Amino acid sequence: METGAVLEMRGICKYFPGVRALEQVDFTLREGEIHALMGENGAGKSTLIKVLTGVYPKDGGEIRLKGSDKPVHIRSPQEAQNMGISTVYQEITLCPNLTVAENMYIGRTKGPLTNWRKINNDAGKLLDSLGIPALPAQQLGSCSIAVQQMVAIARAVDMECKVLILDEPTSSLDEQEVEKLFKLMRDLKEKGVGIIFVTHFLEQVYEVCDRITVLRDGTLVGEYVIEDLPRVQLVSKMLGKDFDDMADIKSESDTDKIDYNSTPVYEAKKLAGTTGIKPFDFSIHKGEVNGFTGLLGSGRSECVRAIFGADKVSGGTVMMNGKKVKINKPLDAMKNGISYLPEDRKRDGIVGDLSVRDNIILALQVMKGFFRPFSRAQAEAFADEYIKLLSIKTASSETPIKSLSGGNQQKVILARWLLANPVYLILDEPTRGIDIGTKVEIQKLVLKLAAEGKSVTFISSEIDEMIRTCSRLVVMRDGKVVGELSGNDLNQNKIMATIAGGESK
Amino acid sequence: MSTSQKDLKLKKRSFSAFLGNMVRQQLFIPVAALLILVLFNLIMDPSFFKIELGHNSAGDPVLSGYLITIIDYASELAILAIGMTLVTSASGGQDISVGAAMAIAGSVVLRVLCGNNPRPEHMQTSIIVAFLIAVLVSMCFGAFNGMLVAFFKIQPMVATLILYTAGRSIAAWINKNKLPVISDPSFGYFGNSIPGIPLPTPIFIAVICMIIIAVVLKFTNLRLYSQSVGINSSSSRLNGINPQMVKFLTFVILGVCVAVAGFIKVSRLSTINYSVIAKDIEMDAILAVALGGNSLGGGKFNMKASIIGAYVIQFLTTTLTKFKVNSTAIPAYKAVVVIILVVLSAPIVREKMGTLRKKLARSKGNVGKEVA
Repeated sequence: METGAVLEMRGICKYFPGVRALEQVDFTLREGEIHALMGENGAGKSTLIKVLTGVYPKDGGEIRLKGSDKPVHIRSPQEAQNMGISTVYQEITLCPNLTVAENMYIGRTKGPLTNWRKINNDAGKLLDSLGIPALPAQQLGSCSIAVQQMVAIARAVDMECKVLILDEPTSSLDEQEVEKLFKLMRDLKEKGVGIIFVTHFLEQVYEVCDRITVLRDGTLVGEYVIEDLPRVQLVSKMLGKDFDDMADIKSESDTDKIDYNSTPVYEAKKLAGTTGIKPFDFSIHKGEVNGFTGLLGSGRSECVRAIFGADKVSGGTVMMNGKKVKINKPLDAMKNGISYLPEDRKRDGIVGDLSVRDNIILALQVMKGFFRPFSRAQAEAFADEYIKLLSIKTASSETPIKSLSGGNQQKVILARWLLANPVYLILDEPTRGIDIGTKVEIQKLVLKLAAEGKSVTFISSEIDEMIRTCSRLVVMRDGKVVGELSGNDLNQNKIMATIAGGESK
Repeated sequence: MSTSQKDLKLKKRSFSAFLGNMVRQQLFIPVAALLILVLFNLIMDPSFFKIELGHNSAGDPVLSGYLITIIDYASELAILAIGMTLVTSASGGQDISVGAAMAIAGSVVLRVLCGNNPRPEHMQTSIIVAFLIAVLVSMCFGAFNGMLVAFFKIQPMVATLILYTAGRSIAAWINKNKLPVISDPSFGYFGNSIPGIPLPTPIFIAVICMIIIAVVLKFTNLRLYSQSVGINSSSSRLNGINPQMVKFLTFVILGVCVAVAGFIKVSRLSTINYSVIAKDIEMDAILAVALGGNSLGGGKFNMKASIIGAYVIQFLTTTLTKFKVNSTAIPAYKAVVVIILVVLSAPIVREKMGTLRKKLARSKGNVGKEVA
């Protein structure tokens, strides 16, 4: 083992049916360091954490801990905890109706009798030493989320952990609370605890971490000391694009045909939502394909959800073809000819137990009205037409959609919104988690729709997909629109520099 | 192999496929349960199925027999099952207040007909007016439950617990805790039979309700909407459906069903007993939905299966009564049968049976090959 290391993972492999979740991943955590684990969705961060904490058994590789010469086998989260590996998850997993002290010691008292006075004393001392502003006898639920998070950390620390895993601990905290959490993390670092910090906030990584390990598509990209890895480089490593690679040339599409002087199909001014995005202006013209880009959590999905009325809209004006309209709920948007394919297919897209047919006609049916159902034959005809058009692989239109593969489910949802015949189609991550063949099909479809005169907003985490399809990109960071790129600016370097911000060259 | 043999084999295979298909159908369990009950009664005592044309005390022709009793008595349950199925589908929960709400509906009918005098010589208004007012009141209570569930996001069972607890007192309060009796025989027509028509009226009322719901399901999107909301309310919302309105609507529809069922119940006796009327019927109504193989967690539903479920429950009760099972012991017997049926219709068991059948078929096929 490397000197100073508390944890070494070598050649970790993990496979799920049909998916290679981790392939030969190495990870080293040293004493007294804060180590960021970075990667986009599906990169394997959480799988690695779950292997480390014994939630998943590993399919290959070995894990070594400081103080034991042999590789360890971690079979359950309980075992991981006994070996000194503690995890604090994004959602608080404590009991809000117990006191702070009870939460810290629950499940760890020995024997039938418990000396609660002693425990309260111990808890008080520990909270003091960590500078956590909570009283032992206070009910946990009455503390702020940040303090609850800290209590969870205190519990972990008191179990004499050598490795502390913080899985997106800051996503529900405000700035001051994050500051407090960081102070606690630095204190623990002084005490020699190794901390693994999983987050998608770039700023926070650069504020508190010493090292960064980047994963992509289940493989290790590399381990870097923070000073050696500028932000732009980090973004390019996460997205898998070489920053200096200038090879991308925008394909000559029909972008010249777009009349930017015409009245936009959709135009929003100072549109504000309640989901943490700053008010933004946005417009799209006939036949245009544009995109929202930014890292995960930058607010790109929240923007399009605000456009569709999926989340509560709190202000701003919306014009469609020059006429002022009100879009407060999805049905308003649909009636104005806007379609929205949501990011989370499982949660917001499919209606799992319903047949492929019902899933296809759903949106159009709702627009037609409650008292005017399509006849069986009509619905059948619609479904068959689109199953053929998008070559959806399904046993029949009667099959429940949940038994289809991810790519085919996505095509069904796409069929639903194409059937609704929108003038403006929003596709949020339509290509996520589906095979490469279907991805290309969807991209082609987007360009074809634009050529037919529809406006499309296309969002993808894969930048080259965006460059290939979009003629204009809105770049977002931390809930703000930070730039708009079009024409010659649409290249990897410029996009990544804008995403990373701060030190763009 | 000769062609005739081939044909035979093909026929055999298609028959087993047909059988397999039937077993997988949602209707299979309730229909099979009904058939088993029929068979049991046939073996034990074929006279169970005898239907006689007799005359009642007024000298009008009436059909009598256990079968008629079953179909008659199951009417209220079948009507409730319609509404309960919709509520279950959209909200993923059940309304446990329907028994108490029926007491309210019945009490309203009597109050409107009697006015201030609990023993009137003549009814104060026409029966149809009393019925419509009861429907209105029931819809309001349904709306109350629906509001708690849809807009305040309270679990259906907890939300309806309120009316479950308070309903019978409200029913008593409506009639100032008196026990009104209606002597006019025409009021009894709806719960018993109309002179000259040998079948009990509740049967016709239940059939009318079934026709209405069939028409509603055919000519509106109620099925699609409530199923979508029950399966995935978030994605339904993004498709323009208002999940809260749909849930609310199903509770209001259940309110109408409750009013009809309550009306039949008071008409049967021409009076009301607040603490006993329609007691525990909510559990039977929920059971009917479950027996129909519908998931009590919401989503897809099969209305026919629920209704058949209601008749199965009544069939079972009547059979037990007929065999002189002590009335206090009936619930225990019912429970045993219900456990068997519910376990059999559980998806996990059905899946297991499916794979078992496949295995059996395969091993049979292998044996056939070896012989050949």
